[in-house]
Formats: sequence, structure tokens, C-alpha cells
Amino acid sequence: MKLLGRSARRWLLAATFVQSECVLSCSGDVARAATPVRIGSKQFTESVVLGELATALVRASGSSAQHRSQLGGTQVLWNALVQGEIDLYPEYTGTLEQEILKNEGVRGEEKLRSTLTSYGVVMSRPLGFNDTYALGMKAARAEALGIRSISDLRRHPELRFGFTNEFMDRADGWPGLRARYALPQEDVRGLDHDLAYRGLDADTIDVTDLYSTDADIAYYDIQILQDDQHYFPVYDAVWLVRADLKGRAPAAVAALARLEGKIDASAMAAMNARAKIDQVPETRVAADFLFATLGLTVVSEEQGPLARILRRTEEHLTLVTVSLSAALCVALPLGILAARRPRLGALLLAATGVLQTIPSLALLVFMIPILGIGAPPAVAALFLYSLLPIVRNTHAGLSGIPAPLRESAEALGLSPRARLWHVELPLASPSILAGVKTSAVINVGTATLGAVIGAGGYGQPILTGIRLDNVGLILEGAVPAALLAVAVQALFAGAERWVVPMGLRLARKD
Amino acid sequence: MLSLRGVSKSFGQTPAVRDVDLDFAPHTTTVLIGASGCGKSTLLRLALGLVTPDRGSVHLDGERLDAESAPALRRRMGYVIQDGGLFPHLDARRNVSLMARYLGWEGERTRQRVQDLARLARFPESALDRFPVQLSGGQRQRVGLMRALLLDPEVLLLDEPLAALDPLVRAELQDALREIFRDLGKTVVLVTHDLAEAAFFGDRIVLLRDGSVEQSGTLRDLVEAPADEYVSRFVRAQRTLHIVGAEAAR
Repeated sequence: MKLLGRSARRWLLAATFVQSECVLSCSGDVARAATPVRIGSKQFTESVVLGELATALVRASGSSAQHRSQLGGTQVLWNALVQGEIDLYPEYTGTLEQEILKNEGVRGEEKLRSTLTSYGVVMSRPLGFNDTYALGMKAARAEALGIRSISDLRRHPELRFGFTNEFMDRADGWPGLRARYALPQEDVRGLDHDLAYRGLDADTIDVTDLYSTDADIAYYDIQILQDDQHYFPVYDAVWLVRADLKGRAPAAVAALARLEGKIDASAMAAMNARAKIDQVPETRVAADFLFATLGLTVVSEEQGPLARILRRTEEHLTLVTVSLSAALCVALPLGILAARRPRLGALLLAATGVLQTIPSLALLVFMIPILGIGAPPAVAALFLYSLLPIVRNTHAGLSGIPAPLRESAEALGLSPRARLWHVELPLASPSILAGVKTSAVINVGTATLGAVIGAGGYGQPILTGIRLDNVGLILEGAVPAALLAVAVQALFAGAERWVVPMGLRLARKD
Repeated sequence: MLSLRGVSKSFGQTPAVRDVDLDFAPHTTTVLIGASGCGKSTLLRLALGLVTPDRGSVHLDGERLDAESAPALRRRMGYVIQDGGLFPHLDARRNVSLMARYLGWEGERTRQRVQDLARLARFPESALDRFPVQLSGGQRQRVGLMRALLLDPEVLLLDEPLAALDPLVRAELQDALREIFRDLGKTVVLVTHDLAEAAFFGDRIVLLRDGSVEQSGTLRDLVEAPADEYVSRFVRAQRTLHIVGAEAAR
């Protein structure tokens, strides 16, 4: 099922969903004949493994392939597919019925297939497993309380429920489940899927939602509660493929079909466990499975850690430098304008202030309908974030120049432009530089979120690390990000020697 | 000749200058004096166009000062404020020569001019490369004067130039300034609140009260023929200080 990335925030879903109509209407039909087949996957391990399987199959068929791993939630992937940002991704039939096409009331595989055609999307046959929602609790505790099915929960109103945020909100999630089974529990909270398992283990919650192919079920010794009233729908895994891919890469489309009906629930759970618990790279997990099942030998392209970090650094630096330079070019004139025209200035400061209050993830997601996925929307969001500190500090720096100094410059007979250039900007430079520094440091941190929408950077290993509960991977992103922030600080301390005139630095020491 | 014609200016509801007519004859030194808030500084800023009058006009040699003519006219006037008003990010030399750079003077011409001015203002040439924060109060004031004189203006406007200085430095600078005024033959308008300083510099003293001219004349006129009770009180107040000082010394 896994409509959305499990760790994706629910408002992220809401935000994209509101905009999805625009996405559809804005999507350009750009021919991308020579580009590799682009495969997307959602922000959870099973989807990433399926994405790796597809990538390996496409490569084995002779086409080049690019896997945009853990892009985000359902809406991000679906919109990216319809817009042509990606060519295919793994999806679940239940998700199509219940969420993506919920307004069309489509039921059944054949109806789904024909409806998807109108979106220019082809749905494969089921891959073989049904990854449905289930409720689970620690086996020992379930046994002690005599709970086997969801109906049994009615007898224990004191149980604490911890559900993924998405499950809490979806009509076919907790609200529907509670109504169907008349569940009395009051202590119900939303949390991240990966934290839910740890919550069970630490006995801070008793029951959580999970997926029937979850790697953690065996690992944490969890009892799945029987859905005795058949509440949860079927979530068969399928490929969703753009119809036009067949024209561009027929061999790839044919290769994808080789996996139809080949992955059963236990095989999928085993792959999930290898990736998540044994920490085997998904590429390897997929390659091993393809060899065992189809006899296919896949050369996996694994990068060493150093090469990986270097690539992330390059991506991250690109995000930061492009967005920050653009922000500087816009914010500096805006700050000057704000200082020259106080009334307009108040408006400008308020406007950039409002931008700053938009949660970073929301801003990133808002950008998707306009700029698609990847680096451009991330750069745009970071650009908007970087405006306020620079505008505010430029304004403050210029407004803070003592009146006698401003008048002295004017009395000399300098033109307004010359006053700005020779007197006012140099005097405001410490404040402006401090603003740029603030922007840069915020930017370095916020850029890690860019990975959520496929922009890469240090956020990528952090995302993967959170998903796999792999501290090493998290550190692989977090440590360089922190170092970069420190480096930016140092860089600006150095820049002060160049930017801030010596007379002012001397004055400050006094 | 610098002239103010029927000039009035209010800040919000508060009138700062009311209907002032003043002519400043070439080569003379006029001292504007009065209590704080009497409008003497505002008058200087009006003369430079830093403040736009609500009514009336300012003229320099018959040319009316307005937004368009201001930049050119300002280059014919030098302005010195308390503590020099130096730009802290520029060293003394660059403070003085800022306008020369703006007007595209040749390096040698600029260097020569700065050197001449340093000699005139008795400012040590070795200190030209120091920043304002590295200079003494008296030195900053000299640099401010040099900056005002760079373009050899006809008019020199000084707003309490010596107020921030200790008595010894102040006396020294007073001598220097009077000498410079006399040698250069500028039209000088100097604002002070100290009658002794006014008498020291001024060919003419203009006593202001609440934005209007109360009396204009020499010190002798003010002392011997005060226009009204306020003038005699103002003069007496300054004398009283001397008397108190003298008695205390005794």
C-alpha cells in the first residue's frame, strides 16, 4: 500500500495534492528520445528495492537507466510520471484506487488499466505480492492479552496506538478502521513509520500500522493482527510506465514484464529484510534476486564512499551557491530599495518575512508543480529562503548609518548613486555581510531537505540512513553538512577582510 | 553671495526656522548663535539643500538652490560638522580626496592638493594614511576642514566645528581656523552656542531665537544696543559664567 513515502509529512501530501491539477495542466509534452529510462521510487525501502530491480532489468535489456531513488511520496512520484520527469515507478493497485484515482471510483485491475490509459500511463500485471496495511503488536504482548485479530482490540481500550501520520489521515486508514471495528482507544498518536517499530520495542506504544512485507516484522517479533472484517483493500505491486516509453525503449518495457508474478510476499519481505536489517545495498539485493529468479547477471555499479561523498558535495555546493548568488543579486537591490523607500520597505520586509515562515518542506513541494523534481525546485526554494536575511540586513545596515554621515556625503555634492557606492554600502557592509552569512548557513542546512524532491546533496544519505536505520549513512550526510556549515562560517570570516573596509574593522575593535 | 530669502521650515508640527532673510557677503565671517533648538543648524542644512524649505528660497550668486542645481552648488560650498563627519571606512587622505576621485582628477593633482591642504590645516602628512578612529578629535576636525576645502569653495559652512574638543585643542584650532578664514577670504558661516567663540570669529553675529533672527550685528551692537530683553539676557548669561568663574578662582 504505501501511498506516500512513509516518512513524508501529511501536509506534504496535502500540498502536492492541491497542486496536482495544475501539474497535469502545466505538464509539457517534451520529447526526450535520447535520454536514459528514468525510474523513480518512493521514500521507503521496498519501493527503492523495486526501483533497483526495474533499473537492473532495463539495463540488462540494453537501455541506459537512471534511478531517481526515494523521491518522496505518492503524489510526487505520480506527478513526476504524468509530467514526464520519470518514465516509470513501482506503485500499488490499492493506492491507485484509494488515493490517486479516488475521485474516479475505479475498482478492479482492468478498469484501472483503462483509466490509466487516459493519463498516458500503462500498468503492468501484478508483480506477485500484496503489500497491504495491517495492524501489529509485539507477539509476547498480544499473546498475554489474548489478541489475535483487530476485533480483539475492542476489549482493551487502554492500549496505546502509534500510527504513521499518513495512516492517521487517510480515509481508508485509521478513521475508517476505527469506524468499521468500533475501536474505543483514546491514546492514538501519529509518528514516523521507522520510529513506530522502535516505539513498540521500547513499550511506548502497543499497536502500530505496518505493511505485510515489512522487513521488521520478524526482526522485532511482531504479531500481525488478523483483519477479520476484511477492512484493508488489496495492494498489489505493479509497474506504472509512461505509454510513450514503449516507442522509445521497447526492449526495456518488455524486460520489465519479466518480473510480473515473480515476487511473492515472502520474497519481497526477505529482500526488504536484507536491505534494511542486513544493510545490504539495494542494488546488490536486486541483482541477487534477479540472478536467483531469472538467471540474470547484473553488473551492479556501486560507488565507493569517497566518490559518493564527493558527488554529494558537488550537488550540495551547486544547490547552495546557485541559490545564494541568485538571492544576493535580488536581495541586495531589494534591501537598498527598502532603505530608500520606507513605506515600500516595510512591505518588502513583510513579504520576505512571510516567505521565511513557510515550512521548508512545504516550500520545496510547492515548487514541484512549477519546476518539476530535482535541483531546480530546490534551488528556487533555497533562493526564496535566502532573501530575508540579506534584505533585512541590507535595509538595517543602510538605515543605521548616522544622519550626520549621510548628510556629509550629500553635502559634498556626490550623486545619490555615488553616495550609495562610495559611502553607504561600505558603511553597511558589515551588516550586509552578516546577512549573507546567515543566509548561507541556513541555506547549507536547508539544502539537505532538497533530497526529498530528488535534488541530491548531503540530504540523500541522510534520507537513506533514516530509512534504513543506518547511523553510518546518516553521518555520511550529516557530518559533511556540518563541516560545510563551519567552512561557510570560516569563509565569511575571511571574506570580512575583503568586504568590510579596514577603517570599520579598526573601529569595531575600539 | 549666499542668500536666504523668506525661508521657513517645520519638522512635523514644530517650526524650526521662521521666515528668515539673511545675506552672507563674500569674504566675511558670520556667526550664527543661539540656544539649542533655535534653528541655527537647520539654517546651515537649508543653505546646503540637505533640508528643503517649506517656504522661501536659497540662492548662491543668484542661482536658486533646488533638487536639480543642488549637486553643483554644493561643490561650491564646504560643510564641516562636529567631529568632522568623517567616513570611518576611508583613511584621512581618501576622506579628503573623495570628491576628487568622483570628479576624475588625476592622481598627481589630487596628491598635491591634499598635501597643500594638510599644510594649510597643519595636519601632519604622516597621518594621512590613518583612519578616523586612529586620529585625535582635533585631527579629525582638521581633516573635516581639509575635505570641505578640497574643491576651493566660495562658501564654508561650519556647524559647531569645535564643540567636541577639549579647551586647549579648541583654542589652538580656533586660531588656526581664523587664520585660514582670513587668508583664504572665504564667505564663512559658523554655528556656535558660545558667545566668546562668536566674538572671536565673527565680523557679524546673528542671534537666533525660536527660528527667527532676534538681532544681527557686531558683538558691540549686541552688548551695547540689545534689540530686546532676550538679547541682553543671552549676552548676560554668557558673561555671568565668566564672572562666576572669576569669583571661583579668587
